[in-house]
Amino acid sequence: MNDQHAAAPGDIAEVEMRGIVRRFPGVLANDRVDLRVASGEIHAVMGENGAGKSTLMSILYGLQRPDAGRILLRGTEHSFGSPVQAIAAGLGMVHQGFKLFPSLTVTENVVYGSEPTRRGLVDRATARARVAELVDTHGLHVPPDARVADLPIGVQQRVEILKLLYRDARVLILDEPTAVLTPAEADRLLAVIRGLARSGRTILLVTHKLGEVMAVSDRVTVLRDGRVTARLATAETTPAEIALAMTGRRIDLDRTHPAGTPAADVLEVRGLTVSAGRGAKPLVENVSLTVRAGEIVGVAGVAGNGQSELVEALAGLRPIDAGRVLVAGRDVGDASVQQRRRAGLAYVPEDRATVGAARDASLADNLAMGFHRTPPLAGRGGFLRRAAIREHAARVIERFGVKAASSAVTIGTLSGGNQQKAILGREITHDAPLLLVEQPTRGVDIGSIENIHARLVEYRDAGHGVLLVSAELSEILALSDRVLVMYEGRIVAELPRAEADVHAIGLAMAGGDPTRSAAAADPDAGDDASSTAPTTAHQV
Amino acid sequence: MSFDAELIFSALRALTPILFAALGGALCERAGVFNVSLEGTMLIGCFAAVTGSWFGGSVWVGVISAVLAAMVFSLLLAIGAVTLGADAVVLCIALNLLAVGLTGFLLRTIFGKQGTFGDPDLKGLQPVDIPGLESVPFLGRALSGHSPLVYLSWVAVVVIAVLLSRHPWGVRLRGVGEAPEAAQSLGVSVARYRYAAILTSGALCGLAGAQLALGNVTLFSENMTAGRGWIAVVAVMLGRALPIGVLLAGILFGLVEAVGFRLQGEGMPQQAADAAPYVMTLVALFLATRSRARRGAAAPPGRLTGRIPRPRRFARTTSESQS
Repeated sequence: MNDQHAAAPGDIAEVEMRGIVRRFPGVLANDRVDLRVASGEIHAVMGENGAGKSTLMSILYGLQRPDAGRILLRGTEHSFGSPVQAIAAGLGMVHQGFKLFPSLTVTENVVYGSEPTRRGLVDRATARARVAELVDTHGLHVPPDARVADLPIGVQQRVEILKLLYRDARVLILDEPTAVLTPAEADRLLAVIRGLARSGRTILLVTHKLGEVMAVSDRVTVLRDGRVTARLATAETTPAEIALAMTGRRIDLDRTHPAGTPAADVLEVRGLTVSAGRGAKPLVENVSLTVRAGEIVGVAGVAGNGQSELVEALAGLRPIDAGRVLVAGRDVGDASVQQRRRAGLAYVPEDRATVGAARDASLADNLAMGFHRTPPLAGRGGFLRRAAIREHAARVIERFGVKAASSAVTIGTLSGGNQQKAILGREITHDAPLLLVEQPTRGVDIGSIENIHARLVEYRDAGHGVLLVSAELSEILALSDRVLVMYEGRIVAELPRAEADVHAIGLAMAGGDPTRSAAAADPDAGDDASSTAPTTAHQV
Repeated sequence: MSFDAELIFSALRALTPILFAALGGALCERAGVFNVSLEGTMLIGCFAAVTGSWFGGSVWVGVISAVLAAMVFSLLLAIGAVTLGADAVVLCIALNLLAVGLTGFLLRTIFGKQGTFGDPDLKGLQPVDIPGLESVPFLGRALSGHSPLVYLSWVAVVVIAVLLSRHPWGVRLRGVGEAPEAAQSLGVSVARYRYAAILTSGALCGLAGAQLALGNVTLFSENMTAGRGWIAVVAVMLGRALPIGVLLAGILFGLVEAVGFRLQGEGMPQQAADAAPYVMTLVALFLATRSRARRGAAAPPGRLTGRIPRPRRFARTTSESQS
């Protein structure tokens, strides 16, 4: 494919990785990978889960040693034995799971390990001044004296960036930085990234979100199965071309599914309230909604506006303070999880690692959960029938295309996308009239997203109701027959499919304040939209 | 019973071993090691103090022996919990049992005694009169005339408080305890800081033992710590591992012990007096748990991970990092 470099021959690249090879037992994670990043460039490293992009970045950052290959920073060869050496050489990485000290202040977090001292003690005034200066210079809007635990997640991420800047990082590696952010926060981060690049720093953006790559990056290197499949200049490419390089097949990025044909109610919620404890504002306040058989109802909203609590209350994981919940006509207001499931409810939780699955149990056992009390998986006297469990697992694995060596492997070893397919498969197999789905494609690669979306639509078309909660506006728009918007625990808008667009939903997500509507709109709402307007969509 | 200078004096004396041990426990807690071997380590300190003083012929040999022996003893915890990754609590329980058996055994082999060793020639810590302070009414009698280790324990509170809040070492130690991975990623060795905390805790427990065996009394008797190490553990929890908090909790226990002694002299059954500190410990634990539960309810819900904690968690993980 396109193999030209932006830098002229003879130019020294800020980061150059040549012929990187990294083998794991049975897998070639990096197969002679070349990466060349010019100074001041925003360079996206893309690939599906397991494509080798994390391995490549781990090698660059000294977390892993390559089996072969060389790393050059500004023309000088380096070999890092640990991240500490990489930091000293001017690299810095923001990991997906933040590495912060919640009880310490922003300043303490930033200077940790290289504190300015005065007469042997930490010189707080100098430390604070330096942090405040960095905040101002880069427009990061982080309060230096706040405790990190009290800050929203987007601000915490900027604390991570501050840590790198404090250590004079010239090259910033950001690993899936927007995965945990709300659309508005993500927009803001992209603006920060642009500013950093303007100030001469080089950014390596590891991501699989096409929208933000199109919006912010200068060049893209795409990996698939450990190999580089494309090196592209962002301005000259299209999301479809990148997706093709990532997956090796054509992906229809803006497929909209035909509308469903709603029938009888499978979920009826009246005046549902979930309190947050004495005196506090309720987490969910007087919510009424219905989901009918044969439709997908999407719940949009900026994370933390009560969507999770609503679903947890419906699933029986959180007590209800007021209101009625009817699943398939049966009142389950104070029923246990098991009773609710019997009444006709299945649930794909947001947190697949801890709620959705038992990480250390086998794939087969995870797929058997919920089916384990009754025949055919349970035999006489409630004893489990291993053979039946294996057969059951094999059926789900086959039907939902879960990639695993066997059903005996622990589910925690599967990639995020495959875990999600397994859990979705398990819940769909329950064939319940109502399916609650939270963030079905968070941290999932685009190939799997397509698959998961198709499964949900299939399920709907088979005459079931789906309540879909997602922070991805594009997902809500692609799947929903009706869209509800939650804001501060209440449903503030209900939009039929025809009227639901980024603007209308964004306005409601921000509480109806028109001045904020642009900020609340999702950056990758429709991956095509942001490709046509890469510079305007993100100026917050 | 009157609330007089003598009562304060004996409360401060009773406080000292608990305070030393609790400061050590607080350091470990801050480094992310739940150290419940304070009891056993203190007992080792008691025995080494008496042995050192007896054979060395000087109380200071005794104190130094206590510190060194307790540090060696706590090295076992450091190696086991930090280097080998064993469960600290299980290891500490074993160490506590080991300390009881080992000191009893050595008492018999070294001194040929069973139960107790004491001798008029055994040198104990001499009281220090603070010039100027001793002549002040009330305060003089309450604060002056203690063993040097009592004053050292007060200095230790201040030093450790400053260390934890202002010194780079202390700030890093707190970070190590709170988020070891974050500390590691910034080039701070978690193992090194934990070793330092555990060994310092050992030294402090050694001082606690020296004060108990050469200050409060001048003898060694089997299991003479009698739960003070456990009370120190409670003081760490009650004082939220803050040096000043630990001091306040320790004062509470010291007072209860002193009042118990006093009431015993005024005709209260000895059993009731002996039980008083433990009853206080139970009450304190109950109150600490209650207030923690209330704080937990009022705290902002799980903002660090950006999500509300689930009411029923099936597994605990800090973050879903590798998805």
